[in-house]
Amino acid sequence: MSVLGERFLCRLVDVPPGEGRTFEMDGQRIAVFHTRTGSVFATAAECPHKGGPLADGMLGGTTVTCPLHERVYDLANGRELTGDCDLMTYPVRRTADGVVLLLPAASDAMIS
Amino acid sequence: MAKQRLVVIGNGMAGARAVEEVLARGGSEMFDITMFGDEPYGNYNRILLSNILSGIQDASEIFLNPLDWYAENGITLHAGSPVTEIDRFAKVVQSASGVRAHYDKLLIATGSRAFIPPIPGIFTEPGKLKSGVFGFRTIDDCSGIAAAAGSGGKAAVIGGGLLGLEAARGLLHHGCEVHVVHLAGHLMEQQLDAPGGAILKKTMESMGVTVHVGKSTSQVLGEDRVTGLAFKDGTSLECGLVVVAAGIKPNAEIGVRAGLTVERAIVVDNHMLAVDDMSVYVVGECAQHRSRVYGLVAPLWDQAKVFADHVTGANRNAAYHGSKLATKLKVMGVELASMGITEPSEERDETIQFSEPQRGTYKKLIVRDGRLIGGILMGDISKAAYLMQAFDRDSPLPEERLSLLFDLGAPPQKVTLDEMPAEAQVCNCNGVTKAAIGNCVAGGNRSLPGVMNATRAGKGCGSCKGLVSDLVAWFAGGDVEEDPSVHWYVPNIPLKKSELVEAIRARTLKSVSAVFRELAGGVEDAGAKPALASLLSVVWKGEYVAEPDARFINERIHANIQKDGTFSVVPPMPGGATTPAELRRIAEVAEKYHVSLVKVTGGQRIDLLGVRKEDLPAVWAELGTVSGHAYGKTYRTCKACVGTDFCRFGLGDSMALAKKIEDRFKGIDSPHKMKLATAGCPRNCSEALIKDVGLVAVGDDRWEIYVAGAGGSHVRKGDLLCTVSSHEEAILISGRFMQYYREEAKYKERTYNWIERVGIERVRAVVVEDSDGIAARLDAAMQESVDAYVDPWGALIEGQETTRFASLIPAGE
Ligand SMILES: Cc1cc2nc3c(=O)[nH]c(=O)nc-3n(C[C@H](O)[C@H](O)[C@H](O)COP(=O)(O)OP(=O)(O)OC[C@H]3O[C@@H](n4cnc5c(N)ncnc54)[C@H](O)[C@@H]3O)c2cc1C
Ligand code: FES
Repeated sequence: MSVLGERFLCRLVDVPPGEGRTFEMDGQRIAVFHTRTGSVFATAAECPHKGGPLADGMLGGTTVTCPLHERVYDLANGRELTGDCDLMTYPVRRTADGVVLLLPAASDAMIS
Repeated sequence: MAKQRLVVIGNGMAGARAVEEVLARGGSEMFDITMFGDEPYGNYNRILLSNILSGIQDASEIFLNPLDWYAENGITLHAGSPVTEIDRFAKVVQSASGVRAHYDKLLIATGSRAFIPPIPGIFTEPGKLKSGVFGFRTIDDCSGIAAAAGSGGKAAVIGGGLLGLEAARGLLHHGCEVHVVHLAGHLMEQQLDAPGGAILKKTMESMGVTVHVGKSTSQVLGEDRVTGLAFKDGTSLECGLVVVAAGIKPNAEIGVRAGLTVERAIVVDNHMLAVDDMSVYVVGECAQHRSRVYGLVAPLWDQAKVFADHVTGANRNAAYHGSKLATKLKVMGVELASMGITEPSEERDETIQFSEPQRGTYKKLIVRDGRLIGGILMGDISKAAYLMQAFDRDSPLPEERLSLLFDLGAPPQKVTLDEMPAEAQVCNCNGVTKAAIGNCVAGGNRSLPGVMNATRAGKGCGSCKGLVSDLVAWFAGGDVEEDPSVHWYVPNIPLKKSELVEAIRARTLKSVSAVFRELAGGVEDAGAKPALASLLSVVWKGEYVAEPDARFINERIHANIQKDGTFSVVPPMPGGATTPAELRRIAEVAEKYHVSLVKVTGGQRIDLLGVRKEDLPAVWAELGTVSGHAYGKTYRTCKACVGTDFCRFGLGDSMALAKKIEDRFKGIDSPHKMKLATAGCPRNCSEALIKDVGLVAVGDDRWEIYVAGAGGSHVRKGDLLCTVSSHEEAILISGRFMQYYREEAKYKERTYNWIERVGIERVRAVVVEDSDGIAARLDAAMQESVDAYVDPWGALIEGQETTRFASLIPAGE
């Protein structure tokens, strides 16, 4: 992926290790997850199944389990592990104390 | 080489199976596949429509290939788009919705439809059935019948064959008074002889179906809606619903219009090719092969294989030689299998027969030259698998004829499995043999679902599932390798609960993350987290190091998540007793925070639904109570009847006891929820007999303690644990029982599942008789847990966490 730029998404302290929180950027709702091993991931905030709040789900390794009907998604690629309804992911990077969103070049635009 | 285009008309059982067979032969490399279906669905298992009508299965369970499957396999599906024209010269088909598709190879698999005999009054206009009259062929027919049946009324089924009887059984399920009107002299005349038909009639009648045989319908009565049937013999029958199951009519018109040879159906050769066109194949009920048109699925599977072999070139010599028909009736409460002819037809044919009409048992075999050519089994079909096999394979029968009908001496099932030849077909729907199941087990698949998924055995009509299960066990034999992980407390740590507790104690692991680090090689498992959190809280009580991420959202923020992401809040209300002041406070909070629904719960409390996450701390603070724990796997609540204070019948003070219980056990973690109740007399107004722990006053301050009752999706009356003679003793023993359950049960195992596993005798011995000498330890452990209680609402209101309750945080600095 060619990266055009970066945007600050949130402070790390706002997402305790092992949990997720929902953030709003330009009208889009993004779930940010912070694993206990220190990695960060970002996905669409709503579960593709019935809109469950994924940030309220359970993290395990690099997966999240939706709190409503327990569908499981791999945070790294959005793949659903319990079926085949995938979740949109956003490329992010961890900085010393925050999470930044990587803005892809228009050709592989995932976020406008 | 460029891909060829394969177009399939008909997305039913034969069409979809044929495409699966093509894919299995690498067909996706050779063909671009396009399918047209009249029905607006993916492909489903038509056979199971009977089960849907009779309530055994749900419509969602019968789909064979969901829409995703088509996309995954690169198949273009036009569902709800029937093909109207085939232009064989231009090699193009056109659908009603205007879609055109070119083909190099065409497969017609349009099946058939319900045959509607031209009885006066059956149609209101050509092709349109009178309201209340249905065929029985599609999902939509099924929903129509179910809706018209509503909650009962009189219904008639025209036709007493396989399908008609299955429909009749389904209508019974809908509460209808059911009449089967059959033209022939006995039921299922295709598959049964007259004595067999007579016994079946009795069996159906004993189930509540009225059977009229030798009866010809002369008119369907009613103006716009059916009101009854009139018969040739001058009689009539009032009814508001008619299901026509008088046979099938192949959907062959499309072949006629395309100029193909059509007799009863489209005529094919041994390669399943239309006799007039080397590019057009036909399979399923719309195909006529050697003058026969089949109406069961087993022949279609064979046809689909021959087609696939031929069209892909996997085997250009593949040929279909016709099928022998064997079938089972899928009517709950009737065991019936039949195969081949029903009466001897040549002098040399020998008949072996057993009849016990009183018990509904009838068995008849027709043997020619030592081979089975026909058979009827009714009432007892334990030999059906073996006999159907012998029939299908034309294998020689043992000299000892009696053993063909009965299992003599040795345990029945074993003889049958042993004597079953390896190539014996176990699942007729999917053509799975005994050997295929054996290979699958040998390949390491030792569970029934595993084998069923891998081989598809048992996934058709389901009637062979018992046999498949027996075979899996039989093949797994002595070394049935039980999956050891079923005994582990969590899937990623290979320890039983007791071993895990030991390891946790030995290494002083007080948090879930510590357990993962030390015992699971640092690998987290989301599903294991809450199970471990619950266990650690039982083991360490006040010393347990709580980590929010190890708990479900409900227990992380101590409210119950709802489907729209809002939460519900339930203040405690022990025994269902409240005060005007408390109600007023609840009302004010509900108004102030725009609670969308205020509802009394089954646990005698008030539920405030639709609270936004960010409002939770304020809602709790203003309610001014501790948490009601209506969300976790913990002690939940204790219901109570009014007891002695006001009730004329009260024998014990159930309200006071409920309050003491709730004060003591509130928030106690456990493997699953624990719901309690106290009843002031054996009338049980508070439903104490179906609670995890229920206390029932029997007079003189004596209380019976019932445990492991259930009143949810599973209903179970609690077992009487013992009788005690004071509130104090009642609380002590209940607490000891709960502690024993907390220590012993698997995570998510309710008391009623647990007790069925370990037995009430064992639990009573430990808890009441102290057989293991651990009563004092259990009491002390429960006391410690009680002492360690902290109100989570209070703690969270005071807590420092900044974003815990935020449902949406603005991004950026
Ligand atoms: C209630 C019920 C119970 C049954 N129980 C059993 C049983 O226990 N055992 C057994 O062996 N058999 C049973 N059968 C019979 C079995 O279901 C059929 O033999 C089988 O479905 C035939 O498959 P098919 O593909 O030929 O036809 P279908 O499954 O009917 O498929 C044909 C498909 O083609 C579509 N179609 C038709 N015309 C067009 C067109 N012009 N363009 C596009 N699509 C078109 C139809 O809508 C249909 O979806 C039962 C049938 C019913 C109705
Ligand atoms: S909404 Fe996520 S699993 Fe249903």
